[in-house]
Amino acid sequence: MRLELRESTPWWLALAAPVLAITLSLLLACVLIVWTGESVVAALRLMLTGAFGTTFAATETLARAIPLTLTGLAAGIAFRARFFNIGAEGQLYAGALAATAVGTGLVALPAPLMVTTLFVVGAAAGALALVPSWFLKTRLGVDEVVTTLLLNFVILLLVGYALEGPMKDPMAMGWPQSAPIVDAGLLPPLIERTRLHAGLWVAIGAAALLWLALRYSPFGFAVRALGLNADAARHAGIRPTRTLFGVALASGALAGMAGVSEVAGLKGYLTLDLSPGFGYTGIAVAMLADLHPLGIVLSAIFLAGITVGADSMSRALDVPSYIADVMVASAVLAVLVGLMLARYRVRRH
Amino acid sequence: MDILEILFGASFWAATVRIACPLLFATLGELICERAGVLNLGIEGIMTAGAMSGWLWVYQGGDLWGAVAFAACVGAAFGLLHAAFTVSLGLSQHVTGIGVTLLASSLAYFVVKMLLPESTTPPKIEPFAIWAVPVLADLPFVGSAFFRHTPLTYAAFLVVPLVAYVLYRTPWGLAVRIAGDNPVALEAQGIDVIRLRTLAVMLGSALMAVGGAYLTISAFDAFYFGMVNGRGWIAVALVVFASWRPGKALLGALLFAGLDAFQVRLQQQVGAFIPYQFFLMLPYVLSIVAMVIVARKAAYPKALLKPYRRGERL
Amino acid sequence: MTSPVGPGGVPPDAGFEAASEPGPDSTVRPKSGRGSEQGSEPESRAGSAPPADAPVVLELRGITKRFGRVVANEDVSLTLARGEIVALLGENGAGKTTLMNVLFGHYRADAGSIDVYGEPFANHTPDDALAAGVGMVHQHFTLAEDLSVLDNVVLGTESLWQPFSRRGRARRRLARIVADTGLAVPLDAPVRTLSVGERQRVEILKALYRDVRILILDEPTAVLTPQEVDDLFERLRRMVADGLSIIVISHKLQEVLALGDRVVVLRGGRVVGTARTADVDRNALADMIVGRRIERPDAGAHDPGETLLEIVGGTVPGDGDAGGGARGRAIGSARSGARDTAPSGAREGVRGGKPRLDDVNLAVRARSIVGVAGVSGNGQEALAEVLSGLRTLDAGTLAIDGRMLRAPTPRALTRLGVARIPEDRHRHGVVGEMTLWENLALEESGTRPLWRAGLALDRSAARAHAERLLARFDVRASGVEQPAALLSGGNMQKLILARNLARAPRLILANQPTRGLDEGAIAAVHTELLAARDAGAGILLITEDLDELLRLADTVVVMHDGTLSAPRPAAGLDVRALGLAMTGAAA
Repeated sequence: MRLELRESTPWWLALAAPVLAITLSLLLACVLIVWTGESVVAALRLMLTGAFGTTFAATETLARAIPLTLTGLAAGIAFRARFFNIGAEGQLYAGALAATAVGTGLVALPAPLMVTTLFVVGAAAGALALVPSWFLKTRLGVDEVVTTLLLNFVILLLVGYALEGPMKDPMAMGWPQSAPIVDAGLLPPLIERTRLHAGLWVAIGAAALLWLALRYSPFGFAVRALGLNADAARHAGIRPTRTLFGVALASGALAGMAGVSEVAGLKGYLTLDLSPGFGYTGIAVAMLADLHPLGIVLSAIFLAGITVGADSMSRALDVPSYIADVMVASAVLAVLVGLMLARYRVRRH
Repeated sequence: MDILEILFGASFWAATVRIACPLLFATLGELICERAGVLNLGIEGIMTAGAMSGWLWVYQGGDLWGAVAFAACVGAAFGLLHAAFTVSLGLSQHVTGIGVTLLASSLAYFVVKMLLPESTTPPKIEPFAIWAVPVLADLPFVGSAFFRHTPLTYAAFLVVPLVAYVLYRTPWGLAVRIAGDNPVALEAQGIDVIRLRTLAVMLGSALMAVGGAYLTISAFDAFYFGMVNGRGWIAVALVVFASWRPGKALLGALLFAGLDAFQVRLQQQVGAFIPYQFFLMLPYVLSIVAMVIVARKAAYPKALLKPYRRGERL
Repeated sequence: MTSPVGPGGVPPDAGFEAASEPGPDSTVRPKSGRGSEQGSEPESRAGSAPPADAPVVLELRGITKRFGRVVANEDVSLTLARGEIVALLGENGAGKTTLMNVLFGHYRADAGSIDVYGEPFANHTPDDALAAGVGMVHQHFTLAEDLSVLDNVVLGTESLWQPFSRRGRARRRLARIVADTGLAVPLDAPVRTLSVGERQRVEILKALYRDVRILILDEPTAVLTPQEVDDLFERLRRMVADGLSIIVISHKLQEVLALGDRVVVLRGGRVVGTARTADVDRNALADMIVGRRIERPDAGAHDPGETLLEIVGGTVPGDGDAGGGARGRAIGSARSGARDTAPSGAREGVRGGKPRLDDVNLAVRARSIVGVAGVSGNGQEALAEVLSGLRTLDAGTLAIDGRMLRAPTPRALTRLGVARIPEDRHRHGVVGEMTLWENLALEESGTRPLWRAGLALDRSAARAHAERLLARFDVRASGVEQPAALLSGGNMQKLILARNLARAPRLILANQPTRGLDEGAIAAVHTELLAARDAGAGILLITEDLDELLRLADTVVVMHDGTLSAPRPAAGLDVRALGLAMTGAAA
């Protein structure tokens, strides 16, 4: 088998990749549903309505798409530079932790300023959490995959310690959770009596900014060149270490902001189960969109829909909600094949 | 004073041995994959699937060694999937690995939840019983430290020289080592690179899955969600620490397990002053430290992460 | 990470755009110019050809092989008799290596048939080829660096199902072959410690160990000194006398005539002529190879100006990354999966301890060309890295335009007017998956006018800029949006030239600028370089192509073992003496 780079990829072929991925993951889901003995049609219909069927469902999906967009962007920019940041989960919690530390009464600021401060602090914490891995990779050649992964566990334990100790809410009746974020720091809901909050604008804004940066800024150009051919990029004058530093800051910050948006927008306080794996799912979000910032928004909504829909379905039928994770995983694998086909022509030996 | 007490207690050494086993299987499995040139990040998921498979086999009435074989088969199946993407098609080893980890673990959880939708505590099974090695088990100190373990534990330590022998003394092992150094050399000598690498990844994945099964059918007696708890990633770090050599992998696993066992006991003694979370952090931090220590002279297999496509420009 | 499949696609002319290294004596065409016709002439072969009735051991009929739209081989037929040495001759890109790869089973032919010892060969793999007695010594060595010579030879000779390995027996057998042929190598040494000549011996031993009866050698003399070439030919003749049949691929006319019984000339993928070397007319042969008279341009008259580059006492230590600061080494190459397409010279600096650059003094003046001669692996890589800003000197000084630079970055050098044409265009020259216009803007990142206010890329301006450059430098492509990886070698090199020369540089580092290119592209590159020189630039030309060196350079220095010889004028230089100097013998 030989691969020949295509001269250009027509737009419909480029879309074929995620479409193929989604189709295949749906097929696998159907197989699993059949195995559980439930009706495939009923299950899929429940998933669809559970995700988008009512206004409330739609807001749930969009609310879940917010952190997924941000972690998707985090993975997107990192992977573009071939900096495999698998630590978005930890960086998310780091951001949430920092925001909680500051936002539960440490400072008193008027609302818009407070919210901004929380995001800044959370972004900084997330970025800081990724810097050690950047350092180890660029100075010592230590692979970032393992270091970012392992740090996830460390940060989560740190959060656990904080919630059982210094940041524990004395009024929470023994549950390990933090005090609530002060009102000024909360992101206002977009639609009354739903959980959809203003973090949506933050997510969309971040996506737009990242897209602009990648397309027009020297930094974005450097990131793309570095990821595609680090040797040639270096030879041409791009500074790998410095560029990766920018990538690490951006990626960590975005993941940290995801944490802030969950704490200050969705939940209002910090718990250990703040994130059901947004950091990892973000990678799937990014892959499905071929690392394209605007596509990531759509991909995030889609994957959020799968999860919310599967949750809803699993309450009505005997199909475990893990089916959503199975779908996400198979979509990631399938999209790899799809992207290859979109970008290359396959030739016989 | 307390530290010496710990070190001279036979239970500490016995615990070290037990903790090392899943790491040993996993590290050796990953080592084989990487020697062949493939980074297998599906390890965490494969271990989870292996843990679930081993438990499931016994839960459904099967025998323990059958469970081991079943787990190995499940692992090999995921290895085949991984290789189909990374070896045959040459796709990203990083993303495929993450995808396989997600797929394997979510499938495992799905199956468990499907079989037991109501139960919140996982049902227990009858794990491997401790088998005392005749004569040696009666030796003072050494006996209860090293010779009173489950058969699967002994197997883990026997696998080390086995893997070393295969890698260094058989034609297949030579081919695997060269696959990770310069796969074109294989092609030029008439060996099918794709088939060789695929087999290596399957074998490695089978070992990983057995390492996961060890948790459910030897170390503990049920399958818990999140049971693997990062051991797969630690194994990836240990492979680097071991410079891709089985002997050093054994050393690394024992060292790590020893530190882990030590940390647990230290907790019991000092736990009042330092929150337990910081003790739990130690294994992960130490893994990172291990990688840093060898970083400068890390002799990565030269062809690691490089896809090989037949018929491409030579 | 937009490409899950690794950097760089496969160019359409994959396989026959092999990076052939023109060696010390490529006298492929008639020309005026200095001294390259008295080459080192290996002993002629005429008179010892096999008898006319020797049985045919190999026959290729009508072989056709395509890669995409490009036809690498078209209807090629070839026979080989027992005890015969056939030379497959042609310039870079003619299809020689592709043909042999088809024979060996690396590629599958689209049409045609092959008979080996009378048995048909179809859809076969290298394993089948080896089993039938066909062996190949590849141009880019197929050795595992970290394993021993014995390991490399034994690989594939025992069944993979066998649970044990008969090393003792293998060792004895190999030792016997070494004694018989004189191809001495330490059996237990890791391959990475061997010199290029020794590695080639290992490659040949691999084939002999497998009892091949037909041996294919792909550009065997590319990386050898003239003395090693004589050595090799001597051995090959002895093996042929013992019954071996050989096909040698080469683009070096001189050597081919010395070694081969018959010559088969390929051009553009087709056979354009065959002849017995005893009867052939050299000039006619040269014409057959090139097809049309492409004259490489003449250097012409000029007068050198002020000193642009000066290195005094430059030293780069021997051990890998220690000292001398290799920038950002952790990223790229080893870890990021970039394909190693560098030629198979022995890795510099691995002989431990010895500095890669040892107290080097070098000066380049405006309007002049300094040529650095030397076999690959003697320090050229380090020198190029220093001048590219990828490595800093451990000791000594570097001055550009009189200004001392301590640790210049690639970007700083570019701003000072230094153009760098890298040795490996795929690895360091272009980002394969970026478009042509993006590649042309690669060194301008963040600078006006392509980036407005240094911040925002003006895409249409960049495209227009690219269109102008493509036209001016005659880069054949389907448009500025095309991915760079799809360019042929010659066009890719022109693209890199365009990027560099468009800025009217003061100093040009040209590292093997015409390696692997066909004659047309070579002439184009030379024309551009000479034009740049006439416009006032100073050029440092590092090349293994002595013809190119003697044509273009005013001054020649020889690089050997990390040291540079004193400069001498190129006029009247003797190629033989130069060849000797390249091996370290005092000239």
